[in-house]
Amino acid sequence: MSEIFNVNRRDFIKTGVAVGGGLMLGFYLPRIGQPARRAEQSTSPFAPNAFVRIGTDDSVTVIVNHSEMGQGVYTALPMLVAEELDADWTQVRVEAAPVDPAYNHTQFGIQVTGGSTSTWSEWERLRKAGATARAMLIAAAAETWKVDPASCRAENGHVFHTASRRRLSYGHLADKASSMTPPQNVALKDPKDFKLIGKPAKRLDTPEKINGKGLFGLDVKVPGMLTAVVARPPVFGAKVKSFNADRAKAVPGVLRIVEIDRGVVVVADGYWPALKGREALETVWDESPLSGLDSRTQRDQYAELARQPGAVARKEGDVAAAMGRAAKKLEAVYELPYLAHATMEPLNCVADVRPDGCDVWTGTQLQTVDRAAAAQAAGLKPEQVKVHTMLLGGGFGRRAVVDSHFVREAVETSKAVKAPVKVIWTREDDIRGGYYRPMSHHSISAGLDAAGNLTAWQHRIVCQSFIVGTPFEAFIVKDGVDETAVEGAKDLPYRIPNLLVDWQKAPVGVPTLWWRSVGHSHTAFVVESFLDEVAHAAGKDSYEFRRALLVGNPRHKAVLEFAAEKAGWGKPLPQGRGRGLAVHESFGSFVAQVAEVSVTKDGQLKIHRVVCAIDCGPTVNPDTIHAQMEGGVVFGLTAALYGEITFEKGRVKQRNFHDYPMLRMNEMPVVETHIVPSVEKMGGVGETGVPPVAPALANAIFPLTGKRIRRLPIRAEDLRKA
Amino acid sequence: MVKLKVNRKDYAVDVSPDTPLLWVLRETLGLTGTKFGCGMALCGACTVHLDGEAVRSCVTPVLRAAGKEVTTIEGLSHDLSHPLQRAWIAEDVPQCGYCQSGQIMAAAVLLRENPNPADAEIDDAMSGNICRCGTYQRIRRAIHLAARMKATGGIR
Ligand code: FES
Ligand code: FES
Repeated sequence: MSEIFNVNRRDFIKTGVAVGGGLMLGFYLPRIGQPARRAEQSTSPFAPNAFVRIGTDDSVTVIVNHSEMGQGVYTALPMLVAEELDADWTQVRVEAAPVDPAYNHTQFGIQVTGGSTSTWSEWERLRKAGATARAMLIAAAAETWKVDPASCRAENGHVFHTASRRRLSYGHLADKASSMTPPQNVALKDPKDFKLIGKPAKRLDTPEKINGKGLFGLDVKVPGMLTAVVARPPVFGAKVKSFNADRAKAVPGVLRIVEIDRGVVVVADGYWPALKGREALETVWDESPLSGLDSRTQRDQYAELARQPGAVARKEGDVAAAMGRAAKKLEAVYELPYLAHATMEPLNCVADVRPDGCDVWTGTQLQTVDRAAAAQAAGLKPEQVKVHTMLLGGGFGRRAVVDSHFVREAVETSKAVKAPVKVIWTREDDIRGGYYRPMSHHSISAGLDAAGNLTAWQHRIVCQSFIVGTPFEAFIVKDGVDETAVEGAKDLPYRIPNLLVDWQKAPVGVPTLWWRSVGHSHTAFVVESFLDEVAHAAGKDSYEFRRALLVGNPRHKAVLEFAAEKAGWGKPLPQGRGRGLAVHESFGSFVAQVAEVSVTKDGQLKIHRVVCAIDCGPTVNPDTIHAQMEGGVVFGLTAALYGEITFEKGRVKQRNFHDYPMLRMNEMPVVETHIVPSVEKMGGVGETGVPPVAPALANAIFPLTGKRIRRLPIRAEDLRKA
Repeated sequence: MVKLKVNRKDYAVDVSPDTPLLWVLRETLGLTGTKFGCGMALCGACTVHLDGEAVRSCVTPVLRAAGKEVTTIEGLSHDLSHPLQRAWIAEDVPQCGYCQSGQIMAAAVLLRENPNPADAEIDDAMSGNICRCGTYQRIRRAIHLAARMKATGGIR
């Protein structure tokens, strides 16, 4: 998901209007004291609000409205509640929230996980939820003991009355607490009194992820459930011409063949027969307007588009005039490919459509939209649809799809066969299924004056938009510029007097989507690589050059200095090793990375170490920040070294992990993370480790080979000496 | 009918003999701890033990497992007491967690064969297992820790 929402956050709050799709935006805060909407399903007597329930067995259940996809929200968000509740951390459990306005994102007004927003967006609400519950438990204890509540205190799951040396556990107090009047205004703790927040906590979801018990979408089984795979068009937009249902049904175990908008569904009593049925189906497809798509000609097409001025995203001074005056001019073209998310768990969804209701079990990042889509496909009202959010085997944006296609197809199939159905995407379906990070072309130039000062910067971006034409357009497209296309380029932090960033929308129909770090995933590579080129042309050290230009951006500067120091920037390296750095802000956090690499004579690259410094403001679970930096580095390196989706005759050439490879254990560098102490505004951590690593890597390779890498993924010839 | 022994329990399953063991475990026996990632022996998410050897169950026809001992993540321990599980908790390895059953099953064979593996040996043994979330650094640390736990008889 995307920073787009960050960018527009203020507008969301300010206007609070309905989005095109009819989604209400703005805050929805459950009335304090209103019982949780799930209270009826609960055996717990005390449910002071939608986010916490306390059982007579002392268990504390935190209902989490953000999806757990590896980023650690099933730990960080309960920490917020538990801190203010003074809960016994060992008693804390997590439950996935149902779809309900009570669980809407505090900033976006719908239920969604994305944009690296989960923790900061719940920072207040969940602490208040915990503090409210705590006040009611104290009130219950005080009434039991007939003492002044002010003489009681809470700690570690108990209320104490120190004077009379009495104590009661939260479980004991749960019944009575539910009859207490919730306080209207609760005081939150002074951060210096935090016991949990800011200290490394073990993840609550680790045990179920290492004993086989944790349930991902793919693991759901409901009585009478059938399993399906879909014959999907080889070219995006192609329609079914014909298929041989009889031949497919002759495969033992194949039960039904259903044609839906997105293809032909083979429904069977298991995955294997479904797959064999699909092979037997002999589906013939019509061609589509994309049948002629070829990645090579598409590159030329983008280069052509880059000749025309685009919609202006940022303009400072007069670039043309400054370029005219420049003593030295640099020009470069950078290109980045389409990328598949390749979540470890392929897409899947279970749907059970009945005449009066529908249940959906899946790993999703966009519950509200999926529920509406499921309702529409089932011919029901949204309130009749229950979405059960399972563990997500990776998300990276792929499970937040505005058209809810992977939910819709399961619902349509279940409706047609009148039984619960699990639709499974094969890895090939997943990699070839579109919704890619957009391919992009960047024409970029810079001007230096005689003293080597950077006086002009012009950056033109050509890529598709996955926002234009969706309900999100009104919020994310500004003055004809899709923020997700230019983020990270238009907010360039360096002081350059003349600057122009514009965007050309590429009119290509390949389905594209937000991909972990969204626009930053390409813009950071371009601006941080090109800035290195400029520094080199100016005869300056890339670290000192950046530092000097970061006036007025202390958070960028601090992480840059921190990372440089920890990485030993400027200190001699062993023979054959190179260092490169990059610094980038995304999702409200600031990250600098220094990569240390070597390249052998025959072009073998080894990445030895990546040092990260991050300022994400106050921390909740520092261990998660470390984990996200480690994961972000792997994600970014995978893209830099291998990631590429290409087309030939409209067909995606890649299939599975053999031709869409992932970084593996033997290629893993040492990742060293340093959290820069900060009391600034809290940012996100899920995506922000990704953007700087590709440019840091390319900048580290340059001193070894003398070659600039301007196209990803890195190719063998890029690693041979110039 | 194919006769199987999974996690020390006997089963007779009525499936087509070419069905990959993975789907028999997951769909027929309900052992969903073993994951599907690629179906082509490329990612390791489906790793189980067949007579103590790590195999990719997505490409292992169920017939090949007949009469052999199959161990899945569910059979590794009943109570998270296996040194690898304890080490995984100590190092807080998983992110999304989807690859972790396969990682642990691969690591279990490594540690049995090589009680004190060096980094390069870990790389060799574990490079068949993809982790899209990028937990490799922690997996490496956890394997070293588990090796130490085994050597000293267990550190809680
Ligand atoms: S699912 Fe078997 S190796 Fe990937
Ligand atoms: S933890 Fe997500 S794939 Fe490994």
